[in-house]
Amino acid sequence: MKVYNKEILYGLYDDEVPLLKAVSSAQKSHLDIWDVFSPFPVHGLDPILGLEESRLHQAGFIFGMTGTATALGFMSWAFLKDWPIIFGNKPYWPLPSFIPVTFELTVLFASIGMVVTFYTICGMGPGVKNPTLHDRITDDKFCIAFDVSGASAAEVEKYQAFFAKTGASEVTTKRI
Amino acid sequence: MSARVSPLREPLILGNKNYHQITEDICAPTERAPSRQWIIGFAIAVAGLGLYLFSVIWTVWNGIGSWNLNRTIGWGWDITNFVWWVGIGHAGTLISAILLLFRQKWRTGVNRAAEAMTIFAVICAGQFPIIHMGRVWMAIFIFPYPNTRGPLWPNFNSPLFWDVFAISTYFTVSLLFWYTGLVPDFATVRDRATGWRRKLYDNLAFGWTGSAKHWQRWEALSLVLAGISTPLVLSVHTIVSFDFATSVIPGWHTTIFPPYFVAGAIFSGFAMVQTLMLVVRKLFKLEDYITHQHIESMNKVIVLTGTIVGVAYLTELFIAWYSGYIYEQFAFYNRAMGIYWWSYFGMMLCNVLSPQIFWVKKYRRDLWVTFFMSIFINIGMWFERFVIIATTLARDYLPSSWSYYSPTWVEMGLFIGSLGLFFTCFLIFARIAPVVAIAEVKSILKQMGDQYTGVNALNKKHDDHDLHTEDAHGHH
Repeated sequence: MKVYNKEILYGLYDDEVPLLKAVSSAQKSHLDIWDVFSPFPVHGLDPILGLEESRLHQAGFIFGMTGTATALGFMSWAFLKDWPIIFGNKPYWPLPSFIPVTFELTVLFASIGMVVTFYTICGMGPGVKNPTLHDRITDDKFCIAFDVSGASAAEVEKYQAFFAKTGASEVTTKRI
Repeated sequence: MSARVSPLREPLILGNKNYHQITEDICAPTERAPSRQWIIGFAIAVAGLGLYLFSVIWTVWNGIGSWNLNRTIGWGWDITNFVWWVGIGHAGTLISAILLLFRQKWRTGVNRAAEAMTIFAVICAGQFPIIHMGRVWMAIFIFPYPNTRGPLWPNFNSPLFWDVFAISTYFTVSLLFWYTGLVPDFATVRDRATGWRRKLYDNLAFGWTGSAKHWQRWEALSLVLAGISTPLVLSVHTIVSFDFATSVIPGWHTTIFPPYFVAGAIFSGFAMVQTLMLVVRKLFKLEDYITHQHIESMNKVIVLTGTIVGVAYLTELFIAWYSGYIYEQFAFYNRAMGIYWWSYFGMMLCNVLSPQIFWVKKYRRDLWVTFFMSIFINIGMWFERFVIIATTLARDYLPSSWSYYSPTWVEMGLFIGSLGLFFTCFLIFARIAPVVAIAEVKSILKQMGDQYTGVNALNKKHDDHDLHTEDAHGHH
């Protein structure tokens, strides 16, 4: 049995320009936007929506450094402690030879770490089915959504008026 | 929306498209029944794949003795194919990473297919070092895993060991980058699909919704992946060149190899992208998204990298003479005038001379010229690797062990068959996934669509009020 958690009131816009105007106007009238959906990243939306910059790159740096430490640490341990080998009187610890693998593992750890983090924090992954509001959102519609679970009739009225004022082409309520 | 574009710029999206038409046009090939050309192409590719599997099984069953390699010439078509495929696998990540950092908008029309091509080319490449081991089941010995032999670790000083890490990292990162870019487009196809296709794309789309925060993270992820893929793509062919450059063989032991190999890799990769894109745009009717402007931009990269490769060839010859070292001098004399002179001249003709035609704008924009040139370059770059590998080995220090090498049908079957593997993968990809990045093309429509930029846009600017509204919002 499907369990519904939220009741969402959303409006669709036909272009990103009215969408940006509408988001600004919603912020000015202190309407609490639940989420905004678009078929492609709309530039200039994040600041007016009040989204903070993603910290994904910081996570990436930490993953990368883990890779660096793993590669350097492992190769040094193997050649210095676990099984020292003399290669034609060359040094036991040939640091320049370690550069290529260290670099590759840095990149590998950073990439895998960031991608896994990305899907995890977005609640996405293989086999995950997140509820969508409208099939055209991934096509050509730009959507502003309000959470109206348990909202009073007056509040819903306020949102409806907002959509009418900002030129939404379609306004619907959906339980997800 | 982020930057104003000169109205004199040539448009990158033709046909006065809107967002919905872009979706329709690019999703269409995944939604209709396969065309006759696709089926014929796929049948040929699968036949090639069959030949490949047969040749691999033959090699593993009978051993490397079924090849014509000998004690003097220990690397032949096998490693030539490996380097050739890895080189081809360089264009995709270059287009998606370096051109993203340089904000080249024409990237959006070709990046998806180029990245797919990269992944399939690296799959083909990765097979050859394993096959050339003969006892393929021993391939795991190259990985440093805890074992009962000591544990005995691989030699971390060996460029062949570095190569394992370079190729496998490159493959993994390219795959992650490509798939993450595909997720929003799979969601687009999902939301149009019904029945079993809906189920398929439900799984492929990973639950993408298009939420603003997700887009923000997606862009942050793409940018960082591009940032770290840029040195990665340069490192991969650098490390492949170390396979040769760190040896003591005259003709291999040269410091010019890393940049020369990287330029050659980009050169051959773009040639393969051109070959594929010219067919794809025609077959899938995507001429409005992969325009003459895209083709010209890629031909500019080809003439640049081809010329770098040419300069590298001449530098090698000059340095060989200038070094005063007779073995080095002989190695290069032998390349041009020795038993394999024809492959050297084939290489010079295909890689250095013929791409110079692209200094002329008319030819840069000509589809047939581009198509034939791209095939030429693919052949020339194969010759280059053959020249470096087989010619150099054929004449070693002891004239008594000088030798000649020509492949057996098994080696030829492996090469031709690997093309079958490549095209099988590519044709399946082209049926399932949108071959042009839908979301990315939409995001440049307002700047690069032909209603906003180029000659036609200028003519109708007076009555286009939308354009002015757009301009007013262009500075967030």
